[in-house]
Parts: sequence; structure tokens; C-alpha cells
Amino acid sequence: MTATATAHKTRTGAPERRGRPNRSGRAGYLFVAPFMIVFAALFLVPLVYAAYFSFFREQLVGGTVFVGFENYTRAFGDAELWTGIGRVGLFFLIQVPFMLVAALFFALALDTGLVRLGRFVRLSIFVPYAVPGVIAALMWGYLYGPDFGPFAQLAEKVGASAPDFLGADLMLGSIANIVFWEFTGYNMVILFAALRAVPSELYEAAAVDGAGPWRTAWSIKIPALRGALMVCLIFSVIGSFQLFNEPNLLQGLAPTVIDSSYTPNLYAYNLAFVGQEYNYAAAVSFILGLVILVGSYVFMFLTNRRSRS
Amino acid sequence: MNPRLSRRTAAKGLATALAAPLALGACARDKTDHPTSVTRAQIDEAMRTPTEITFWTWVPGIEQEIALFEQAYPAIKVNLVNAGQGASHYAKLRTALRAINGAPDVAQLEFQMIQSFAITDDLLDLRPYAMEGLEDRFVDFAWSQSTGTGGEIWAIPQDTGPMGMLYRTDIFEAHGIEVPETWDDFAAAAEALHEADPEVFLTNLAPSQGAFFAAMLWQAGSDPFAGSDGADLRVDLTSETASKVAAYWGDLAGRGLVSTDADFNDQWYQALNRGKYATWVAPAWAPTFLTTAAASTSGKWRVAPLPQWDAGAPPVSSNWGGSTSAVMATTDKEIPAAVFAQFINTDRESTETMAFDQFLYPPTTALLEDPEFTGQELEFYGGQEVNGLFAEISDTVSPDFQWSPFQDQVYADFTETVGTAFTQRTDAVAAMGEWQDRITEYAEYQGFEVTES
Repeated sequence: MTATATAHKTRTGAPERRGRPNRSGRAGYLFVAPFMIVFAALFLVPLVYAAYFSFFREQLVGGTVFVGFENYTRAFGDAELWTGIGRVGLFFLIQVPFMLVAALFFALALDTGLVRLGRFVRLSIFVPYAVPGVIAALMWGYLYGPDFGPFAQLAEKVGASAPDFLGADLMLGSIANIVFWEFTGYNMVILFAALRAVPSELYEAAAVDGAGPWRTAWSIKIPALRGALMVCLIFSVIGSFQLFNEPNLLQGLAPTVIDSSYTPNLYAYNLAFVGQEYNYAAAVSFILGLVILVGSYVFMFLTNRRSRS
Repeated sequence: MNPRLSRRTAAKGLATALAAPLALGACARDKTDHPTSVTRAQIDEAMRTPTEITFWTWVPGIEQEIALFEQAYPAIKVNLVNAGQGASHYAKLRTALRAINGAPDVAQLEFQMIQSFAITDDLLDLRPYAMEGLEDRFVDFAWSQSTGTGGEIWAIPQDTGPMGMLYRTDIFEAHGIEVPETWDDFAAAAEALHEADPEVFLTNLAPSQGAFFAAMLWQAGSDPFAGSDGADLRVDLTSETASKVAAYWGDLAGRGLVSTDADFNDQWYQALNRGKYATWVAPAWAPTFLTTAAASTSGKWRVAPLPQWDAGAPPVSSNWGGSTSAVMATTDKEIPAAVFAQFINTDRESTETMAFDQFLYPPTTALLEDPEFTGQELEFYGGQEVNGLFAEISDTVSPDFQWSPFQDQVYADFTETVGTAFTQRTDAVAAMGEWQDRITEYAEYQGFEVTES
């Protein structure tokens, strides 16, 4: 009720300003100009340039020619690209639910205020996110090590053999584990912040109605987190499909498991900087961007429809 | 705000953006606009004119050689940039060269990368600037790697890596293994050692180390890209000799007699320190590298020549690694850049500093014949005269080995074909065919005329 009341007030106040709409319009442009300039220079121009670039083919021998959609048709038939996209899709389906459920659990637990040393726990869960990805991958690379890693050593002590974390079968799971470790805290902070914004009247009303902590969590907190969860999910779609750092660093440990097209981003990078196929790399990047766009849209569409019904 | 003006500006901006790749392409072809002959007087004048040049390298301590140069030519100032090591250095260098903007005047290039940068017209031919008798200062194989098929001087050699074998004398003695002189002996030793101690391997065959495998091909006499020239690419990875090398290592890996761990990572350093590998088949820069990478094993290592294929014939070795200084075609300071590249790699004091302080293995005959250098006794190797041994090996390196014009791609394909066959214990000889197929496909896509043999 309060929200609609304020809206009415501003709406009634608006006509007074109608006399000089130009000035306020200009001021508005000025305010957004710094952002728009940087946005255009660092985002739009490179994007347009890359799109343009993807319609050419530059060869080591023979120079540059316009090829229209040839790079795109090649990409649509490129098994290496689609294997990579399938792989990160699988990664998304397995890793993200675990991570978001864990983040939700921690956020709810901390929000009850019953956890001892709440601030300390919150910080500890968040700390991995603050560790640079390079360091994290190096650290996990050591932990996974088949010869001298602690798991391997431990297994050897009890006369067993540790699973080959860096082998072809487990690699994706090992990477998922690193990402889980890195990003659970990050998602938890988003959810926790959203929970803090829930008005306390709702809790009071729930308490009056006789809801216990579980019922409050289920009927008030989780519905209140829908928007924040959506944000986390979209970030996760993007993060999963753009997976690069972790496989790129683990490649040094398992070069024959993580090949140059293990993830689509890694593939685009290698095409550009190893194979010098810049134009094709641009086309591959665009297709990856398209896949992410479609993926994000599908999720938003599905959740919106569900909430309406 | 005038909408017409802004629209016009936008259109102009867009037009510039649209024209950019074509402009880049055009500039790339214009980079060769440099003088074809330079007189002594012109050089002297240029070296007296205050100029700044930029040098990209990752060699630690190179400031010393730069200081010597600036002392000799006080008018020239050298700006040193470390743009990363190996692949990241090349990626940045390529980006800068393509942008025509921000590229260095002089850059470090490893031998195997010279042709890859020459094919894109990124290197300045140093013939017009070459000092007298330049060629004679360097060992043959270093010189032949730095020059083009048309006699162009693409780069000045800085250090080399003639191949030998570093071995753990304590492990050899503990299991009564003789130092192998031939590859047959080496295979027998691998089997004996594995039987004696399954935790220890005679050597490690790194599946992503295309450079090592190239050195193995080179030694055996396989020269897969021989005869390639410009747009004409020849590739032969299925010859009898190449197959022999692949079959040999594939067999050792397949029987589990050598380990197949990725190298130059923490695992590998630990393995070296803990004695998992009894040898490291490695070049002349390896002894210094090991001194810090496996510091805990000091005194236990010795160096021997590379095992041979043919016991009766004169010994043959090959090269792995080593670097050069190359002048970029984008420079407009050709003379100072060319003089600098030659100075640091030929000046007596500069080359001595590299050899004695930075432990770069020298390509200059003067140092390789210098008893002070060859007679150095290295404590890490139980007082062995390691430099002297490598100087002898350096004499036996065949100068006939040609690099492909896209060596980074060739190495990447190696890992995914032959390297993978080593780790998965599948047919390495068949993988050589697959390697060749990938190279052919890539080369044809890049516009080369490919001849497979």
C-alpha cells in the first residue's frame, strides 16, 4: 500500500515540470553519457567489429576475403564445438543445482541468526570467491595430484588407490568441484542480501499466524528469494557456458584430457591464438553468445510461466 | 545537439570500424617497406642519433646486456618489456603486430617460431644490416635455424639446446644399470629398472612436449617439413624414420616402462625431486634449470650424450629450445634495432655475461671453444664439466631440420594425436598419420599448397 501511495504522489506532482521537458531531458543524457561512452567504446564497438570480422577469412597465405556466412556454416557443422557446448551444458545441469541449493541452505541458515559466529561463518564461505581463480586451480591441481597429492597419499597409506581426479572420466567432476568451492559463497551472499531485504512485518505476521522456522523459510523466505535466485541462475548459465579459467589451468596437468576444444571458450581462444584463425574464432564466439542468450531466455521463460500458473 | 551532425559522425565512425580489418590486411602487406642496402655511414649516423627502442624478452637478468649496449651506444635507449613467457609472449606479440601499434622493435623468438613469424611478414630481413662475418660466429645448426630458404637473416641466435641425457647416478648404481649409449640399450635399461623398482621410471615421456618429440625426429634424421617454401608446404610424418621414432616411444609408453606425465608443472618438479625419473633426456639448458627445479637432488645427477640409433656411426644429436633476437618488420628504427640484436648476441662481454651469469647455452663458436667456459665444473653434477660435454654434442647437431610455418599449431596437434596415443597406450604410428592429416587439413585451410609424401 505504501508503495502505490508514493507512486500516486509523484504522478500528481509531475505536471508541474511539464513546462521545461527539454532541459531535464538533456541533463538526463549528460548523466548517462559517461556510461554510454564507455559502454559503446568497450562493448558495442568491439562487438560490432567482431561480428563484421566473422564474415571474413584471413589466411596465412593469400590474404583476406569476404566469405559471408561461411564461418557460421562451418561452426554449425563443427563437431568439436558442439561437443564442447554439450560438455558445458552437462556441467551446468550437474554443477549448478548443487551449488545453488548449498548457497540457499547456507543463506537460510545464516539468516535465522541461530548460527554461532555467524559473521565468521559467512566470511569463511565467501573467502574462496576472493581467492584468484589461478591460485584456486593451482591449489586444487595439487590436491588432485595422482602421485603426490594428499588424496593420493592418503589412499596409498590405507593401501587403496585414489580415483584419478585428473583422468578423462572424472575431469569434468573435478572442475565442477572447484567451481562449486569458488562460487557457492558468492551466490550465498546474493541470496543472503536478498533475505535481509524481506520486511520484518512479514515475519511478524507469520509468527502471529503460528508459523515455525521451517514454515517461515518455505512460505516466506524462499518465495521472497525468487528474484535473487533468478539472478544467480542467469549468472550460472553464463559462467558455465563460458568456462575457461579452470580447464585452461588444469590443462597443464592433463594436456591429453583437456584438449584445445574442451570448452567452447577454450576452443575460441585456441583458434585465435594458436591457430591464428581469428575470423572463425569470432564466429564461434558469436554462436556461443547465442547459445547463452537462448539458454538464459529459456530459463527465464520457464520460471515466469511456472510462477504465473 | 544537432541530430544531423551526430548521425554523420556515427556513420563516419562506423565506416572507420568497417574498414579496419581491410586496413589491417593492407598494412600487413606494407610492412616490408624497408631499405635493401645500408651504408656504414648511415649506420654510424643512426647510432649517434638519440633513439628509443623497445625489446620484448622473458630472459631474466637481460638488463646486464642492455647496459653493455647502452654503454657502447649512449644515444640509444632500450626499453625492456617482459610480456610473459612462451605462448603468452607470442600471443601478445601477434596481437601487437596485427594492430601495427605497440609492437616491439626487437623481440625474443625461439628457433621453432621464426618461420611462423616470417610467413606473416612480421620479421625484418637483417641482411642489409649484418656485420661482417656474422654467420661465422655461430654454430651451423643455430645459423641455419635463423635464416630463411631465400637466404634471409630472420634473427640472431642467442642460446641453444643441443640434446643430451641427464641421469641419476645414484639410481643407476643402486640397480646396476649402465649408462645407455644406444636407444636399444635405453629400452633394455627401462625394462630392467621397471622390474627392479616399479615406482621408478627410466624417463618421463611428456605427452604435450612436441618440442622434445621434434628433437627425437631431428636426431633420427627425419625432417618432416623439409622443402617447404612460402606457400608450398611439404609434410612427411609417416616416413620410415619418423615411424621408427614413434614406434619406439609408443612401445615404451605402451608397456608402461616410461611414465607419461605432463611436464613443467608442480607434479613434475616433485617427481624430479623425489626420484621418480632416473633420466631426463634434455638439452643444454636443462642442467641449469634442474639446479633450481630439483635443488634437493644436488650431486646425484650426471650428464651423458644422447643415446644413438646406430652404435657404429658417428654420434648425432639435435636441438630443443634456445632463442634468438629478431627485429619486427613494423619497426621504423631498423638500424638501432638491428645493431642491438647483433650486439647483445655477438659482443664478447655480452655473450660471456649470458653464458656465465644467466647460464644461457651459447651458440657462438668463440665461447664453445673457450676453455674457461667448457672447463667449468658444476657441483650439482658432481663436478662434471657439463658445458664441455654439451660443446662436443653441439658439434654433432645436424643443421638439416626445418620448422613449419605454424609451429604452435603443429605442437597443439601433436598433443591431441601422438601425445594422446602415448598416454592412452594406443598405436603411436597410426597417430602420426592422424597428426599429419590434421596438419594437412589446417594448412590447406590456411591457403598452403600441401604436398604429402
